[in-house]
Amino acid sequence: MPLATVNTMAEEILRLQGVSKHFPIRSFRRFGEVVHAMDDVSFSLGKAEVLALVGESGSGKTTTASVIAQLYPITSGLIRLADPQAPDGFRSVSGKLSRKALLGYRKRVQMIFQDPFGSLNPTHTIEHILSRPYVIHDKVVYRRGEERRKTALKEQLHQLLRSVGLEPPQQYLDKFPHELSGGQRQRVNIARTFSIEPEIVLADEPTSMLDVSIRMSIMNMMLAFQEQKQVSFLYITHDLAGARYMAQRIVVMYAGMIMEIGTSDEVVQRAVHPYTKLLRSAAPAPEEGLKRNRLITQGDIPSLIHPPAGCRFHPRCPYAMAECSRLIPPLKEVEGGHWIRCYL
Amino acid sequence: MQEFLSENILECQELVAGYELKAGFVRAVDGVSFSLRRGEFLGIAGESGCGKTTLAYAVMRLFRDNAKIRSGKILYSGKDIANASEEEVKNLRWEHISMVFQSAMNALNPVLPIGEQLTDAWLAHKHGDLREAKTRALEVLKLVDIPEDRYNAYPHQLSGGMKQRVMIAMALMLQPEIVIMDEPTTALDVVVQRTIIEKIQELRKELQFSVIFITHDLSLLVEISDQLAIMYAGKIVEYGPASEVFLSPCHPYTQGLMASFPTLSGPIARMGGIEGKPPDLIDPPPGCRFYPRCRNRHSGCDLSAPPLRQVKPGHYAACDGEYHG
Amino acid sequence: MFKDIGKLFLGNKKALFGLLLLTFFALVGIFAPFLAPYDPKNNRVETVTVLSEERDRSRTISREDLDESTEKRVYSQSVHTTYERITKKLPLKGKPSSEHLLGTTHSGQDIFSQLIWGTRVSLTVGLVTGLFTTLLSLCLALIAGYLGGLVDDIISLFTNVFLVIPSLPLMIVIAAYVSVRGVIPIILILGLTSWPWPTRVLRSQVVSLKNRDFIKVSKSLGEKPAYVVFREILPNMISLVMASFFSSTMAAIIGEATLEFIGLGNVSVVSWGTMLYWAQANGALLAGAWWWFLPPGICIALIGTSFALMNFAIDEISNPKLRKR
Repeated sequence: MPLATVNTMAEEILRLQGVSKHFPIRSFRRFGEVVHAMDDVSFSLGKAEVLALVGESGSGKTTTASVIAQLYPITSGLIRLADPQAPDGFRSVSGKLSRKALLGYRKRVQMIFQDPFGSLNPTHTIEHILSRPYVIHDKVVYRRGEERRKTALKEQLHQLLRSVGLEPPQQYLDKFPHELSGGQRQRVNIARTFSIEPEIVLADEPTSMLDVSIRMSIMNMMLAFQEQKQVSFLYITHDLAGARYMAQRIVVMYAGMIMEIGTSDEVVQRAVHPYTKLLRSAAPAPEEGLKRNRLITQGDIPSLIHPPAGCRFHPRCPYAMAECSRLIPPLKEVEGGHWIRCYL
Repeated sequence: MQEFLSENILECQELVAGYELKAGFVRAVDGVSFSLRRGEFLGIAGESGCGKTTLAYAVMRLFRDNAKIRSGKILYSGKDIANASEEEVKNLRWEHISMVFQSAMNALNPVLPIGEQLTDAWLAHKHGDLREAKTRALEVLKLVDIPEDRYNAYPHQLSGGMKQRVMIAMALMLQPEIVIMDEPTTALDVVVQRTIIEKIQELRKELQFSVIFITHDLSLLVEISDQLAIMYAGKIVEYGPASEVFLSPCHPYTQGLMASFPTLSGPIARMGGIEGKPPDLIDPPPGCRFYPRCRNRHSGCDLSAPPLRQVKPGHYAACDGEYHG
Repeated sequence: MFKDIGKLFLGNKKALFGLLLLTFFALVGIFAPFLAPYDPKNNRVETVTVLSEERDRSRTISREDLDESTEKRVYSQSVHTTYERITKKLPLKGKPSSEHLLGTTHSGQDIFSQLIWGTRVSLTVGLVTGLFTTLLSLCLALIAGYLGGLVDDIISLFTNVFLVIPSLPLMIVIAAYVSVRGVIPIILILGLTSWPWPTRVLRSQVVSLKNRDFIKVSKSLGEKPAYVVFREILPNMISLVMASFFSSTMAAIIGEATLEFIGLGNVSVVSWGTMLYWAQANGALLAGAWWWFLPPGICIALIGTSFALMNFAIDEISNPKLRKR
């Protein structure tokens, strides 16, 4: 894919080049078949940028975050992370990494998961959960004796809890996850993520399982972290309005492929790709008046085991042409930095 | 709400319902009154734990062992559902008032074909033979755009959106006058959600039934409802025509809820949401239940709960602070 | 976490009853030497009483002068003891009486004493086998579930193959081939035939835990695999591991009794199984000597009940749906 998509940004920190992830199906009858979770995904993330990845379930957005978090290896393509010591400023992290290199990578790239209930181990206290990152990445300052180390760690944990708005901190350290509300748990998750001061945070629908009234405070907190610590965010969501609120740029994915990339305003207000238009028209927007013209299509997300030939969206696309079912359209630039995968 | 009394088909008066726990009675619905007109689309919004689902189950009289209606009336064509016998309620349920549940996965029987589940519902209430039931089943499946050849399909062979449409078909099977929908689209993707909602609106206009639609997604509800009720901690805090409530929300909770949904167009402003969490419903505080989280609170709010007051004709809010909007 | 389980365990009537039963049997086993009135293996009681003891006067046998001030003498002395030795043969095939609460066997051993000593063997074999089986299946489950892939396929294949082979005939065949008779071969045989079921159950829990978000978080934080397995996954499995320990122990006690009953154990060891073997071999069932075969049978049933009750309790504790509100 053309790397020119990045030219709207000052400095890149992460680059995905033609990344695919196919999961083999572990079944005797369907031996050799794969689920095309991600195909030819390329984008880059700028320093201190919030990039939103928008799509419905099965679009491959969570897989994208998981492969960046190195939870499983990619099938093909390249994931490159900025590294001032490398000759062209980037180091590939998609191959097999040594434990030390991987640990160094994890320190720079962290992930927040969707489910605030599932992402905290119910058998550990908040103190234990939050002290792990310090233990693993050995950031605890200690000189003489273990006591010193413990008090230093405790002071750090207090600061951490205060930074995510859990006050007074000593009240939370001895608690177990089930004693906290959903919003508090997600705050603990965010605290854990930011404890080792990562440069990139992959946030996988961090607010979708929370109560509506507290979603905004969590979103605002992440935005505050992004501003203060100059962290880059990959914000994954199914909600176009939320993506617009959070992100400078939006990537729209459908059935494992990127459909549209552009600045938030361009993608939301001047969507070009029919799928983005469909998504836009389906989303509630009472501020635009109650009688909106809606784009209605039939059909469901296609099978990812046998994805449709050509454009993945063509079976549902109201503007599908003959060539759409034969060839996968390349990403083309409609304006500076605004790309679509469509023949229109 | 008095002026609509003549056309009301369902009227709920000072309903108190909840759950009997060891620690005490959870007043999940605490003194709720509303009315529903024929063909009206009533939206009920609120965060989880506000009592909206309990309210729906109370109207259907579908209660598990520890849930019960404490007091109040639910009047449907002169009959009080809250105090009716189980036999009378059985006759009302599905034939007059039906329900679409949140999770089609749990509500559909996985080992029966959907056609059989539809005909079963019909045969349980009407004295007819299987052929008539099947005719009706195919009719309602056609209404929700499910092709005839899916009549013998099992639930797991259908997509999430199709299952939810089968649930709607089942609710319409006996031509009820009121359909209660408890978060019918929450588990679905936006595009599928939209097609289902368009379908519901189309059917409602065609078949003239009333809908009580329950969800936490206020921005969706504003678009699709005629009347809107905002619930908080077991009480309705604001009630009125949807556009009226959206354009000039009076209750601080409604305002906070509105500020919890980013918009698709217009300038991006930093929004606040609502800090804190709802009160304990076993022993609720004496005053306004929103008091601890309210930005416009003043002394007195924590002493006695303000009642629903008419702000504009047909628009009510339970707040005696100064209204913004 | 552990404290919670302990508290719930004591608060649960089933668990408490099971625990009391187990404690009772454990105490009986531990204090068997003090509780049993007779030697369980001997059919006679010997009592020796010293009637008189007579000591002869010492006599000087020889005397020698070594020097002027020193002399040497050699004495002789002898003791005559008269004692009585009563060998009381216990009655053969005695019925219950005040002397023999549960009667005696065909060769005259006291059945009540056998029952008490048998508790020790049966319980020890059961607990050791239960521990052995649980540890074996836990290891296999953690390896298969955590590593996944080919390792999982191989372990699962073996588990499934062993699962379909009925374990009792397998035990009998193996026991018949093993030439050494005794407690340790029985423990090994029981352990090696009963691992598949707990392995399968525990493995599926490991797999489901492995896919939980908190495990993904640990990995993305950079935790070592050993930490993930033993500190993140294992603590969440405590209730299931305990449950499988209880059911394995129960199965082992019954399995041991079965093997010994059909004569595949060491018949000279006193346990509930061998008691039943001897009872059967000597026609106690035909003769209607209920005091011989019934007590060990009841004990086996009681200890089984105790483990089953604790198992139910764990189910209730770990599955809140079963917990009474």
